[in-house]
Amino acid sequence: MNSAVKGSSTSRWGLRFLGLGYLTVLLVAPLVLLFYKTFEKGLAQPWEAITSSDGLHALKLTLITVVIAVPLNTVFGIICSLLLVRSRWRFNWLIDSVINLPFAISPVVIGLSLFLLYGKNGWFEPGLAEAGIKVLFSLPGMVIACIFVSVPFVVRETVPVLQEIGTEQEQAAETLGASGWQTFWRVTLPSIRWGVAYGVVLCTARVLGEFGAVSVVSGHITGQTQTLPLYVEQEYQNFNLPGAFAAAIVLAILALLVLMAMNLLKRKEAT
Amino acid sequence: MEAHAAQAPVAPPRARQFRLPGVGTGLGRGYVVLWLSLIVLLPIAALADQAFSEGLGHFWSQVTSPAAKSSLELIFVCSLIVVAINGVFGTIVAWLLVRDNFPGKSIVNAIIDLPFALPTIVASLILIELWGNNSPVGIDIALSRTAIVVALCFVTLPFVVRAVQPLLIEMDRDMEEAAASLGAGGLTVFRRIIFPNLLPGLAAGVALAFARALGEYGSVLIFAGFSKNTIVASILIGQQIEQGNETGAAAISVVLLALALVVLVLITVIQRWGSRHERAQGAGAGGLTLMPLADGGAETLEAGADDLDTGAPGTQPPLRREEDERE
Repeated sequence: MNSAVKGSSTSRWGLRFLGLGYLTVLLVAPLVLLFYKTFEKGLAQPWEAITSSDGLHALKLTLITVVIAVPLNTVFGIICSLLLVRSRWRFNWLIDSVINLPFAISPVVIGLSLFLLYGKNGWFEPGLAEAGIKVLFSLPGMVIACIFVSVPFVVRETVPVLQEIGTEQEQAAETLGASGWQTFWRVTLPSIRWGVAYGVVLCTARVLGEFGAVSVVSGHITGQTQTLPLYVEQEYQNFNLPGAFAAAIVLAILALLVLMAMNLLKRKEAT
Repeated sequence: MEAHAAQAPVAPPRARQFRLPGVGTGLGRGYVVLWLSLIVLLPIAALADQAFSEGLGHFWSQVTSPAAKSSLELIFVCSLIVVAINGVFGTIVAWLLVRDNFPGKSIVNAIIDLPFALPTIVASLILIELWGNNSPVGIDIALSRTAIVVALCFVTLPFVVRAVQPLLIEMDRDMEEAAASLGAGGLTVFRRIIFPNLLPGLAAGVALAFARALGEYGSVLIFAGFSKNTIVASILIGQQIEQGNETGAAAISVVLLALALVVLVLITVIQRWGSRHERAQGAGAGGLTLMPLADGGAETLEAGADDLDTGAPGTQPPLRREEDERE
């Protein structure tokens, strides 16, 4: 008789069948199909679609939003985690709760809230109009949307690491006469770097793929305010499936790279 | 990678006031508060302002209009179904990843995060290719309510798996063995020993998945579309923005937001309860809530246990160098 803890081999195989079967149907099959569909007629067609001027522009715009939004959120994330973990402030709980909000809010709702803040009759509209800055339906609005949706990632990944490492090393550094900045650069940052990096990867993935929020604030102007995810949707609506698949495959490959980076960083973090 | 790793009852070092640059000073606080206000709070305030701009009565009529009501009901029911499905399958998958051994396990473990990494609109596109009228397996569920459920299952799977996994890794197997040696069958052990221990993590993961499902937009957009039966709240908001009914869109948004906030509070409560139940470790500095996002949780716990054993990772050398430099 098998021990109950190990489980009988029938139940073990049953669980494997259920679990892996579910993953195959839900995750693996779609991914395989995407690659198959894109490349079934060779490389030429998807290549043409993605190197079309609209496709390239969408790719460029996506990368621009990443390059602006991710560093801003990284700096904020590190400072905010230090504030949450290393200082006692009456309002830390409040900040901690606000940080989590973007996780819980629908992307469309985020888009709408920015639309209302920066759009016509919005609170910021008079000032912006006077300064001649266009936020909505242009790059700044899209970047702000990306920042909003990805605010929590670096904080959420850095806070637990900061808690784990404790303050002993930092106090030792201080005792040895290091200044605050020296301690930060030479003690704190090196110890939390993998946690931060993990957060950065998640943040990048989110910004790359953000659809709902950007969709609302961008105004869908082809060749001007279209990121890759928006381009995918538009090509699909225009019945240009090869174009949609080509853009989708670029995003999927980026997603797989993100997955690989996540695994690498997890291993680094564990050692 | 066995169970006892995270058991060490060492109290976390207390967070002392420590003079890192800017932190704890007015400057650091000011920056954080300003950034969060500008990026997160002001937009939400503008949303609420718009929703109630034409009075409470108008807000109420927008929220209770047949379209709004049915879209909110639909997403609520679908989300419940989805978290039930993923609660079961997510636990099974987490179990396989922790307790079973099979070739390709690390690949399976990596692919769990695919829905986090893959843009939702891409998910929608490939789901409609797989389960739409071009389906290679001949199953066409596109533009139906089933499609909503499938899309949401795809998007929320990692939340449950990554919430349950660390608890399974941490779990002390002695209890199970004791129960088994006392004659409890596999099912009894699961029901009486394993499940109660998993419950806090499972509940938090399910709650997170639920919050995510409520607001999901991209993955539903193409796959479930907006045929008469499949307009969920987020899609309806999108439609109303396009039609220029911003007040109506804002009103539905406020309801979605309120639902999500309830779920967030619930998660915090669950985690308090979980950490009281589970770990001597859990009482981190300042009562912070650690969202089981992705699977940072499992890794930091493991890493933490390592640190406790070996002393914190080597940060000594830089200090030495610094001393040298200053001389």
